[in-house]
Amino acid sequence: MKPCVIVFPASNCDRDVAVALEQATGAAPAMVWHGDTDLPDTDFIVLPGGFSYGDYLRCGAMASKSPIMRAVIDKANAGTPVLGICNGFQILCETGLLPGALLRNANLHFVCRSVTLKVENNQSIFTRGFEAGQFVDIPVAHHDGNYFADDETLDRLENEGRVALRYVDNPNGSARNIAGVLNDAGNVFGLMPHPERVISPLLGGIDGTAFFRGVVGAAA
Amino acid sequence: MKAIITITLKNGVLDPQGKAIEGALTGLGFEGVSNVRQGKEIELTLSETDEAAARAQAEEMCKKLLANPVMENYAIEIVT
Repeated sequence: MKPCVIVFPASNCDRDVAVALEQATGAAPAMVWHGDTDLPDTDFIVLPGGFSYGDYLRCGAMASKSPIMRAVIDKANAGTPVLGICNGFQILCETGLLPGALLRNANLHFVCRSVTLKVENNQSIFTRGFEAGQFVDIPVAHHDGNYFADDETLDRLENEGRVALRYVDNPNGSARNIAGVLNDAGNVFGLMPHPERVISPLLGGIDGTAFFRGVVGAAA
Repeated sequence: MKAIITITLKNGVLDPQGKAIEGALTGLGFEGVSNVRQGKEIELTLSETDEAAARAQAEEMCKKLLANPVMENYAIEIVT
């Protein structure tokens, strides 16, 4: 597997996710600067968490127009797995690869704590390592994780099994407790929680590992 | 010529910042304040001299970057 991590100005989870990718794939990922226009040979792209461009204009808005994103969108449309975590999820929504948007948390608080999630769909490459209906504990750390889409879009996402993860105790006001969303083809996944922060008992848990291993296993 | 672009949250989109401002205004003793909504204004200068062309340009900017149609509306004012 040839993973890569896109690094934006003010990404801050890029190195953490690189460790998680190396653990899952056995290969250190290529770190790709946002200003590049070409991707290296890659079969798994991760957009990491952080506060790209200081969250100017809207979270993820500027990053979604970065030169490298044209190549990422092309690869995503061609079926390459793309995982967006936290700010990466916001960026994927801003590109239109995923529907909806992430608004300011309804309670206005920056929420930084472990949350319990329910795996609603374990048929995706990202969630195949879980049981359907399994509960997992993964930390969130965001100010703008309040998932919003119109009712028609939300109905469609639910009917098509594209709501892969839901909060058990909604920390941010997200519509229908949505924590993670798949694209139509199932190769693009965005979630607000940080699976790369729970990949070792030393970090407090290993529930995050399956997201990375799932993509590796699906490619094998 | 100058374009003044006003971006607001669509009706029905929760605006917790507006709610907080409303609470603060009420706390300051302003009575009868409701429906506070926070938006943003972006001002820019265009070298374009034709008003219709300037408006079209600003419109493109809104669609491509300045506003997110999922949650926001925008209004463009061209000042000559």
